[in-house]
Amino acid sequence: MTGMSAKTTGRDAPAGDLRLVNLTKRFGIFTAVDDLGLTIPQGSFFALLGASGCGKTTTLRMIAGLEQPTSGQVLLGDRDIARLRPYKRPVNTVFQSYALFPHLNIFENVAFGLRRRGIRSVDDEVMRMLALVQLDDFGHRRPAQLSGGQQQRVALARALINQPQVLLLDEPLGALDLKLRRQMQIELKRIQTEVGITFVHVTHDQEEAMTMADTVAVMNAGRIEQLGAPADIYEYPGTAFVANFLGQSNLLAAEAAGPAGSEVPVTAHGANFSVPADRARADRGTVYLGVRPEKLHLADSADRVPAGHQHVTGVVTDASYVGVSTQYLVRTGWGGELSAFAANSGLGGRLPVGASVVAHWDPRHAFLLPRKPGQDDDRTAGLLDEPVGASS
Amino acid sequence: MTALAHVPTSTGQPPGPPPPPRRGRHRLLPYLLLLPGAAWLLLFFAVPLFQLAAASLYDPSGSLATGYALTWAFGNYPDVLQAYWPQFARSFGYAGIALVLALLMGYPLAYAIAQKAGRWKNLLLVCVVAPMFTSFLVRTLAWKTILSDNGALVGLLRDVHLLGPDGRLLATPIAVILGLTYNFLPFLVLPLYASLERLDHRLLEAAGDLYASPVQTFRRVTLPLSMPGLIAGTLLFFIPATGDYINAELLGTPNEYMIGNVIDSAFLVRLDYPQGAALSFLLMAAILAVVFGYLRRAGTEEVL
Ligand SMILES: Nc1ncnc2c1ncn2[C@@H]1O[C@H](COP(=O)(O)OP(=O)(O)OP(=O)(O)O)[C@@H](O)[C@H]1O
Ligand SMILES: [Mg+2]
Repeated sequence: MTGMSAKTTGRDAPAGDLRLVNLTKRFGIFTAVDDLGLTIPQGSFFALLGASGCGKTTTLRMIAGLEQPTSGQVLLGDRDIARLRPYKRPVNTVFQSYALFPHLNIFENVAFGLRRRGIRSVDDEVMRMLALVQLDDFGHRRPAQLSGGQQQRVALARALINQPQVLLLDEPLGALDLKLRRQMQIELKRIQTEVGITFVHVTHDQEEAMTMADTVAVMNAGRIEQLGAPADIYEYPGTAFVANFLGQSNLLAAEAAGPAGSEVPVTAHGANFSVPADRARADRGTVYLGVRPEKLHLADSADRVPAGHQHVTGVVTDASYVGVSTQYLVRTGWGGELSAFAANSGLGGRLPVGASVVAHWDPRHAFLLPRKPGQDDDRTAGLLDEPVGASS
Repeated sequence: MTALAHVPTSTGQPPGPPPPPRRGRHRLLPYLLLLPGAAWLLLFFAVPLFQLAAASLYDPSGSLATGYALTWAFGNYPDVLQAYWPQFARSFGYAGIALVLALLMGYPLAYAIAQKAGRWKNLLLVCVVAPMFTSFLVRTLAWKTILSDNGALVGLLRDVHLLGPDGRLLATPIAVILGLTYNFLPFLVLPLYASLERLDHRLLEAAGDLYASPVQTFRRVTLPLSMPGLIAGTLLFFIPATGDYINAELLGTPNEYMIGNVIDSAFLVRLDYPQGAALSFLLMAAILAVVFGYLRRAGTEEVL
């Protein structure tokens, strides 16, 4: 952002990567964050995704200095900042609860960080920031006189104006309507690329995480389950939790007997399937065979299944029309349910409930995930029955 | 006044059915609710105040025995002011110093109870209020023992040479000020506690996150947000402390007498009603002036 004058950016000495090393936080016997290891490259947009209560806020609070880690390090470049007081860290937070100062007007709320650092002329910066979040005319109001979404934008402006080396965002767009949310996402992404601040963004909205972030980490019970580029994680999830947390997946309980050439043959519910060896996270013993609902196609008879596809037969039990697509539930011969999304492209008619169908997929779109021997049920799309908290 | 919204407009209204009676009741309700309080105030505050005002203008040469005449003797006011200005000054001086001491002790105390005490909070609050379970007089007499010349405190202070070998605390201004501080401290602490209790801890975290050192956080967030309690507590402390006479009576000598002592003796010993009444009015006016000046400066929109 070229408009930011040099005197307000006294802290843009190269920050270096943000690294969390063996970071652990216990509350009593409850482990909220469990031996977390992460490297967030300088200037990248990092999204932290996870179910409620899995330790996202606690992780951010340890980076901000609002929570003392039980053990582990928070490194910014080569500097361990884990024991530094919050006001000495080049880190700012957009709080989940906004935490706007009720006794100050919006202008003073936004100016707060600059003033505390002894910067006298703040007017231009503050007005620019308010314009950025589309609150130009609200400077004189008190936070209580704003709507939830407006307050959220003030919280954003109040943190952004400081141009920290790391900006922590705890669900900063949660209260906004879809249109404003998209607008702010684009704005955030633009600011992030222009200024090169490291963004650590906590969100429940996987679409938001996938569209904005360079790297997505899926957190579960205080640990990182998987980390990578959004497309990589989505196309080839690492665990059953990730497969159903980021988007949905059909997971069939299956047995694998080790790779055979470039394929891994598996049996599920008495039928034989195979998956390319480079899409198998586990290739021996109990596994899940996974297929994303949009990769599962429905045909009315077995001879319409394309060559090379694998299939199961079933009956449509539910068809919900959601505009861009129709979501089908298919009951299979062994009683399990599969979910399939068919794009409403106008090609092919919609299938009625009760129709016999063949669900088929390209094996190159399937994946194998490890499964604990006890877990014998299929994991139908969208079911989240993994634990979200861990006690030790 | 929402009641006004229900008054029907008289201009060009066609003669319709009379408004339903519920409306009339609705309009009167606020006044009915005010009635008991207003009657109480009229009977026990306005009427005596009026009588006091009249008494302050009685002919000063009258007495209880010979009877008083209302001669509009405004001269009573300059007379008592001239005779007793040192006691006036002392009242405000002592109460002011006691207020400063009470703030220095009371603010950290209220803050600790509200923000740091955790499950001890209620117990500590009871401790703050507990002295109130005994009478004001008894508490002050207890201080007489604490500060007495052969008490442990004076002994200790003499040993560390903070007091000379013949130095004493009792019968000095220090004793009176300590007594005032102690006796009115809860009135300061309780409202302060109430507003500090409401203080959202996350705001303090946000301030820290935005580069405010602990001192700056206190100055820019904690203090402004506790202002309503601070103002209420200060007033609840200062007003009764200024008019107090028990502390000066029991812990001081006539050299430490405050204006309350003079009023007390005017009414109950010397039976000089005009003088007592004029002093009372002057005290009230002075306190009102100080309070309004204070509120002006503290200037929170919630109060004025
Ligand atoms: N001060 C605390 N004392 C005890 N337990 C706590 C404390 N703070 C958080 N926890 C627990 O730690 C776990 C993680 O909390 P955290 O706030 O990090 O969750 P989160 O991932 O941010 O959830 P959400 O998405 O709902 O905001 C929760 O189970 C919570 O109950
Ligand atoms: Mg959270």
